[in-house]
Amino acid sequence: MLMSLFSGDLPRSRALSAILFAILLGLLFAPFLFAGARPLNTAATICVYIVLVASYDLLLGYTGIVSFAHTMFYGIGAYGVGIALSSTDEPTWRAIVVGLVAALALTVMLALVIGLFALRVRAIFYAMITLAVASSFSVLASQLSDFTGGEDGRTFSVPELLSPGFTLLDDELFGRAVDGRLITYYIVFAGCLLLFLFLLRLVNSPFGRVLQAIRENEFRAEALGYRTVVYRVWANVLAAVVAALAGALMALWLRYVGPKTSLGFEVMTDILLIVVIGGMGTMYGAVVGATLFILAQNYLKTLMGQASEMLSGVPLLAAALHPDRWMLWLGVLFILSIYFFPIGIVGKLRLARLARLAR
Amino acid sequence: MAPLSPRDCLKTILPMSEPILTLSGVHTHIGQYHILQGVDLVVPRGGLAVLLGRNGAGKTTTLRTIMGLWRASRGSIVFDGRDITRLSTPDIARAGIAYVPESMAVFSELTVRENLYLAARSGPLDAARVDWICGFFPALKKFWHTPAGNLSGGQKQMVAIARALVEPRKLLLVDEPTKGLAPAIIQSLMAAFRDLKDTSTTILLVEQNFNFVRTLGDTVAVMDDGRVVHAGLMHDLSGDEALQQRLLGLSLDAHQ
Amino acid sequence: MSATLPLAQADAPLPAARRDVAPLLLVPVVALAALPFMSLPTWITLTVAGLAMGMMIFIMASGLTLVFGLMSVLNFGHGAFVSVGAFTATLVLLPMRGWLEMDSLPANLGALGLAVLLAMLVTAILGWVFERVVIMPVYGQHLKQILVTMGGMIVSEQAINVIWGAEQIALPLPAALRGAVFLGDAAIEKYRLLAVVVGLAVFAVLFITLNRTRIGLLIRAGVENGEMVEALGYRIRRLFVGVFAAGSALAGLGGVMWGLYKETLVAHMGSEIMVLTFIVIIIGGLGSVGGCFIGSLLIALVGNYAGFLAPKVALVSNIVLMIAVLLWRPAGLYAKGRN
Repeated sequence: MLMSLFSGDLPRSRALSAILFAILLGLLFAPFLFAGARPLNTAATICVYIVLVASYDLLLGYTGIVSFAHTMFYGIGAYGVGIALSSTDEPTWRAIVVGLVAALALTVMLALVIGLFALRVRAIFYAMITLAVASSFSVLASQLSDFTGGEDGRTFSVPELLSPGFTLLDDELFGRAVDGRLITYYIVFAGCLLLFLFLLRLVNSPFGRVLQAIRENEFRAEALGYRTVVYRVWANVLAAVVAALAGALMALWLRYVGPKTSLGFEVMTDILLIVVIGGMGTMYGAVVGATLFILAQNYLKTLMGQASEMLSGVPLLAAALHPDRWMLWLGVLFILSIYFFPIGIVGKLRLARLARLAR
Repeated sequence: MAPLSPRDCLKTILPMSEPILTLSGVHTHIGQYHILQGVDLVVPRGGLAVLLGRNGAGKTTTLRTIMGLWRASRGSIVFDGRDITRLSTPDIARAGIAYVPESMAVFSELTVRENLYLAARSGPLDAARVDWICGFFPALKKFWHTPAGNLSGGQKQMVAIARALVEPRKLLLVDEPTKGLAPAIIQSLMAAFRDLKDTSTTILLVEQNFNFVRTLGDTVAVMDDGRVVHAGLMHDLSGDEALQQRLLGLSLDAHQ
Repeated sequence: MSATLPLAQADAPLPAARRDVAPLLLVPVVALAALPFMSLPTWITLTVAGLAMGMMIFIMASGLTLVFGLMSVLNFGHGAFVSVGAFTATLVLLPMRGWLEMDSLPANLGALGLAVLLAMLVTAILGWVFERVVIMPVYGQHLKQILVTMGGMIVSEQAINVIWGAEQIALPLPAALRGAVFLGDAAIEKYRLLAVVVGLAVFAVLFITLNRTRIGLLIRAGVENGEMVEALGYRIRRLFVGVFAAGSALAGLGGVMWGLYKETLVAHMGSEIMVLTFIVIIIGGLGSVGGCFIGSLLIALVGNYAGFLAPKVALVSNIVLMIAVLLWRPAGLYAKGRN
């Protein structure tokens, strides 16, 4: 039963299994393990990012497509829900559904158009075109401020069940009030878990195997009779849809949408960093990578701040360790991992296990 | 008595001068494909050596490996007494080998003059040399300033070969120059090669069509499945119909 | 010793392909098409502004397209050289404040010239290092190239913040270049005129180099068939590095001009312009300097005209233009015949 749950794609490494299990437990019980709003926010972000990066891994790691439009679909999902909820006086579930459906429709349409138009050309072309399309979309979103709230974005309220004021039980459960936030968290958690398992199932299906074959040698796949364009377009659409759903969940959690959190290039860079460091083409790389990344982003920065203070006498070093320069070190790590670490953390763990078995 | 290897065959027949090119046990892998599976080839100095074989036998791969465009995974290539197996392509060219590939040899965006000029690495084009080359291919002077891409197939081949002659070379590698050309053009090309034989340049010519080269070549090597399966004098092969039939599936009267 | 080549058989070449003029006409056609929709003075102002902007984009993009055409390397970090060039220029421009404030064109240009020289030198060296250290290990692996060069861009932007601080730096125009000259009712900013002149000069230098020098010949041949160039005895790797460094230097020059145009410098100014640069080289055809020139001018002109006539459309005018050109010529205006 476990095999079918994981679609036959086991971690294949005791260390990795332990880490994954720890992450699962951590996320499952996060509201009760950690007190306060910030850890819960971190946990929810981790859940969403795992799905967002995993869907990107479908494109990059399994199909070999570099796309810069991924955050665009994430943003569409988020804005769909956000705009729907902020357009009505009373936030209802119906509004959420309407917004979601509209967002998904737009996502599918755009993914199809981009895919059909651009996947017939060389990979480099495709990367550049997605970059151009995504940035135009981003500009559009910030300019059409009546609709989208412009640079500042939009805050909105969620249906009563999910709102912080709502309480399900009068007593606290293990020290945590059973309120709307808790309910929202578990909706996000469950949704992300389901989406991740769906992706896992997808990449281990015959469809997924064809994608990998295309990634390895497109010419050969065509020769074997697979219409590669069709498969790649499908991969594109599916990845986009999952990203949009992830965006919708994020919007529900944050009760806010804005260009920086949803559409910005920063998110795209984060995704790329995570997928490379975690391990491309593994799915589990997204889990490990996203967790490490978000945790580091939230908590490592304080460490950096302290180090920077201590070194305030040394000019360049203090500036280099300033928490705002967090991207500098991440970028260096990113470059180093592409050269020396191309299989990522997950790859290294699995390799270690194989090496041990061989001995 | 064990049959002699092609290499030993050749050595017993030829004069004692050091061959200009020797391949010993050369293997080439391209990706997962093991194309050359132990090529032994000896090209005598001077004259014209022909490399025959059907499609896929490995003839082009052999030339490219000699030129360093593909790396030999095993074996050695000795040119003019020097081991060039591990050298880079530009260094191999500088050692004195010129390469005329099967297709896409000329730079289409460049004029005929520019194509030739590029080949004159050590400075401007030597006018006397150019005249000599145009002696073989008079048409070149006519299209001197035409972009090479506008020329017909035969003319492009002429430019490609002319370019290989701009600077004196010890060895010319020519890959199926007659492919897809009209018979009349082929005659002129062969005539040019015949004239070239009077110079001190050795030519290694890859051809699929035996009839074109039977009167042209001095020595011949036949390849099959990534190996040289026969080597010897052209004279002997063209006289031996049974051998031709066995190696090439041809009879004397066959035209292709 | 003459070959008996039947001269009658030496066929005439295929009719010489007419020089591909259609793309060349695009710029004048688009400019003239916009004329009926606005007053002449406005048209003049917008056109000059468009040309100036286009020239700056061209300067920044030309290096990228040449590097791609020759080496098949797509440097997603190209914008880093733009930023570095601009910031390096401040090392000259800020101390030489005095010269810049003088209302004397020679003094201004002198200071600018020095700044540009330093910027181009630094970016050329940086480009050389970048090619050897970052790009060479991943030759031929397009996926890794994209990722690695992007990483390089992130790191360099952050490094700029470390060295120059995180706030923006103001870079006012030199005194003699402020303001505008008037052609009748039309206002033409002086700095924009300078940009057009510099852009034309860069294009001229590139054109002459590519078409009249041996190196240019090598580059043109290398874009078509690098292997064959090597087989002729040229160490093409050295050419690669040289072209990469030159392209980076051009980006640096573009950065200085762009920084002065915007009068403020921020670390991510390079990446801001990258999307536009990519659109331009896609339109022009990867590897074609001429196409890049036309593409830059087109993008800038269309953007300016649209901004005036239909501001909402202007947001997407770049994409629309790109799609329109690709529908006409799927590989860009001047596609290089690559094997």
